[in-house]
Amino acid sequence: MSDIAIADVAFRATAKTIEELFVECAKATEEAMVDTKKVKPVLTKKINITSDALDKLLFDWLSELVFFKDAETLLFSKFSVKIAKGKVYKLTGTAAGEKIDHKRHDLRADVKAITWHMFELKQTKAGWTAQIIEDI
Amino acid sequence: MALPPMKRISEVVWEVAKDYKEGMLVPARLYATKKLVDQMDEGVFNQLTNVACLPGIQRYAFCMPDGHWGYGFPIGGVAAFDVKTGIISPGGIGFDINCGMRLLRTNLTIKDVKPKLQELVDIFFKTVPAGVGASGFVKVNRDQFKDIMVRGVDWCIENGYGWKQDKERIEEFGCIKGADPSKVSDKAITRGIDQIGTLGSGNHYLEIQVAEKIFEPETAKAFGFTEEGQIGIMVHCGSRGFGHQIGTDYLRVFDSAMRKYGITVKDRELACAPFSSPEGQDYYKAMACAANMAFVNRQVIAHRIREGFSKVFKKSAEELGMEIIYDVAHNIAKVEKHVVEGKEYNVVMHRKGATRCFGPGRPELCEHYRKVGQPVIIGGSMETGSFVLVGTEKAMTETWGSTMHGSGRTMSRTAAKHQVRGDLLQKEMAKRGIVVKAVSMSGLAEEAGMAYKDLNEVVETMQIAGVSRKVVLMRPIGNVKG
Repeated sequence: MSDIAIADVAFRATAKTIEELFVECAKATEEAMVDTKKVKPVLTKKINITSDALDKLLFDWLSELVFFKDAETLLFSKFSVKIAKGKVYKLTGTAAGEKIDHKRHDLRADVKAITWHMFELKQTKAGWTAQIIEDI
Repeated sequence: MALPPMKRISEVVWEVAKDYKEGMLVPARLYATKKLVDQMDEGVFNQLTNVACLPGIQRYAFCMPDGHWGYGFPIGGVAAFDVKTGIISPGGIGFDINCGMRLLRTNLTIKDVKPKLQELVDIFFKTVPAGVGASGFVKVNRDQFKDIMVRGVDWCIENGYGWKQDKERIEEFGCIKGADPSKVSDKAITRGIDQIGTLGSGNHYLEIQVAEKIFEPETAKAFGFTEEGQIGIMVHCGSRGFGHQIGTDYLRVFDSAMRKYGITVKDRELACAPFSSPEGQDYYKAMACAANMAFVNRQVIAHRIREGFSKVFKKSAEELGMEIIYDVAHNIAKVEKHVVEGKEYNVVMHRKGATRCFGPGRPELCEHYRKVGQPVIIGGSMETGSFVLVGTEKAMTETWGSTMHGSGRTMSRTAAKHQVRGDLLQKEMAKRGIVVKAVSMSGLAEEAGMAYKDLNEVVETMQIAGVSRKVVLMRPIGNVKG
């Protein structure tokens, strides 16, 4: 979505369910950093997040992936997400990938952070849609 | 969105009136030639006028001539907020806290360096880690990292990464006071601890340059450039994942804090808190930690540069005259005192994609530079060149002593990649005598010169405005990127 992000990266994701949307957003985030077809899902990280709002939950979910990229040099290609709603939203997820291999991985941009700029998370007739701008 | 109506204050100063948008507390001022105004993306005006609505803003919301659409603040945004009544906003600093520029000089000329250029670029590509997932060459434990956060470049000098006199030539003498590691999350420490001594990627680089043209010989001599053809080395990088995580952490804190303080903003990325509040103060102390880490990052990379040149030329870095010219921050918030038209301001200055350019006489400068004014390091694209400018007295009353930080993008990264192939660009630059090594070819394509504004036009704007003056034009001959 180059029309709304000159210096950064922007994407729009759609899915039938909210969990599928979270997975699609995760894939898009990773795809900004690497050709995910070359990332083998050999190592799995469990990610558990709670939040009082779905948009913050999505923000935190994607922020975790960016955190792992730097903290443990991990990139991911496969995801699973379950979201339960009680008093707060509870995400139980997994991200499967491997350590960055500079020889094998086709590395792209370095996502620094997820931003709130033009952040959208909407339920539609067809399902869910999100628009995210990421700082690189 | 249509451009707002603007009053032309002078040849390069344009003003959007306070009544243009509901909530604006001050007018917005854009510094740009007519050509740059015509090219400016519309998002800049929307973002700039949103900034003008933030509590405690003083005088104007400024945008520099390299302004382009960012998130929250436009990139190229400058805004000052009263320390008592105003806010602090991570969006006015950027996630890459203290992203900045450093320039080193040498006694070498292009004649000396050209035969060794490939060797130098190869050495730095190997010894200065860059790109996604790069691991830093300075290994510290958590206590040492906290020491770095508090003491900045002093830590480097004590641990053999630099010369005693280096800190004189760094903004804030290489350490912003007030840093408090207890305000930094464990997550930020975990994310950043392994990245000290890394370049990053995107528009970050290490560049060997030649002084192509000297505009002010006396000022250039005071800075350390005595002849055209002299070699310098420029570094552009910041606080890496450490700063990025601090930005992310406090954006979440402020998102909630705004409700507590009854603040609403026109863009969620402008999330803020009163500077005097516990949240505001905590963020400032954490931001200072990240800023000091970035000064350290550039300092240790400069150390590697000195080592590399010393190895290739078989002389010590001292013999090669590898002094720092200056190191500037262009994503930062600082507490500053200013006097404009007889009124005193005590403010939290936000510079996001904008550089301090203090004039002669300022106590913030080392004694040597107090006579001439502050060197300002402006990075252009890797194809076109960079500038060394000098700050002026006029800057202090015009733009809070602030000027641009670079060219500014005109084309998105996606669009650039569709038009340019990284490997072909690399070959083409080699034909022009510029040796480039990059970790990511797609990243290289994104940084093609045609994706950026004409730097000459940007620099000329502030020359005409009298805010900063051209001293040296630096042309790239070797470049290492992530």
